[in-house]
Amino acid sequence: MSTPEPSTEWPLWEVFVRSKAGLDHKHCGSLHAADAKLAIQLARDVYARRQEGISIWVVPSNQIVASDPGDKSSYFDPMEDKVYRHPTFYALPDALNHM
Amino acid sequence: MTASVHPRQDASAQYLLRVADTCLILGQRLSEWCGHAPIIEEDIALSNTALDLIGQARALLTHAGRSETGLSLDEDQLAFLREERHYLNVTLVELPRGDFAFTVLRNVMVATFLKLLWQRLARSSDAELAAIAGKAVKEARYHQQHAGDWVLRLADGTAESRQRTEAALAQLWRYTPELFEDDAVDEQAAASGLGPRWSELREDWLADMGQLLTEAQLSAPKDSAFRSTGKRGVHSEHLGHLLTEMQHLQRSFPGGVW
Repeated sequence: MSTPEPSTEWPLWEVFVRSKAGLDHKHCGSLHAADAKLAIQLARDVYARRQEGISIWVVPSNQIVASDPGDKSSYFDPMEDKVYRHPTFYALPDALNHM
Repeated sequence: MTASVHPRQDASAQYLLRVADTCLILGQRLSEWCGHAPIIEEDIALSNTALDLIGQARALLTHAGRSETGLSLDEDQLAFLREERHYLNVTLVELPRGDFAFTVLRNVMVATFLKLLWQRLARSSDAELAAIAGKAVKEARYHQQHAGDWVLRLADGTAESRQRTEAALAQLWRYTPELFEDDAVDEQAAASGLGPRWSELREDWLADMGQLLTEAQLSAPKDSAFRSTGKRGVHSEHLGHLLTEMQHLQRSFPGGVW
């Protein structure tokens, strides 16, 4: 994160678009843009030109902190055999039809 | 070869063709950037703008081609089978695409003009024209914003981007007075309620452009006596070359569709 961008490369931005029916913004890709305002405009042109959305977020890619792929086995594999963490063992009252 | 078609010559048809051809020819010029823009994101943005303009031209050409009495012409015939003298776009839009600074500066000049024109045409006595304008003004607003933001960035960028922006301004400014020169076509449109005299848009255009140029710390060149005459059908040497390429397919494969 501390390495400055080379001056000839525009920074990379992650693009999130909320579709008409959607409740939340979904990640749909990334693009290069000189600054935040142009990133929004180019996201509109690249990712929303076919009526994909009604709202856009852009986030500088270097501001995203990601989990380390090397941690995958210790972070995620242990969940495989813990079915009891799913709320599927409760007897539901009949009145609750739509859970 | 397919024979050329002759559009209606009445004032209201000419008024519509001036708007339609200005959109069509700038759309064609911008399409030349497809695959050549500085980065792929802007390549898509410029192509989107070109397609918006061509869409606006299609609607207007379809409308202008309808005739109550004589032979009707469709959008393709009007777009691809007219002689150069029957294209009524302003000369500004037929100039070669130039570099990126030239392109975005011309785009903001034209988008600002079209935005103001569409706003007025949305109140046209011609219901179909008003409907086309109501849709187009939203597109023009975005074109103006996107191109204007680029002009700011280039003017405030590197020494080279600023020098190119200044050069583009010097080249383009002398073609802008044509936008606001009235003639009988404007008078009749104003009288019938079809649309404004284009001179009525001048003050607002200068205000919008003035604001952008001030922000970009650029100054408009001095006015000159030069007047381009594209909207009267008398064009620069550049339009013929553009038409040769644009008309080629329809001339060689008449009625071809894909």
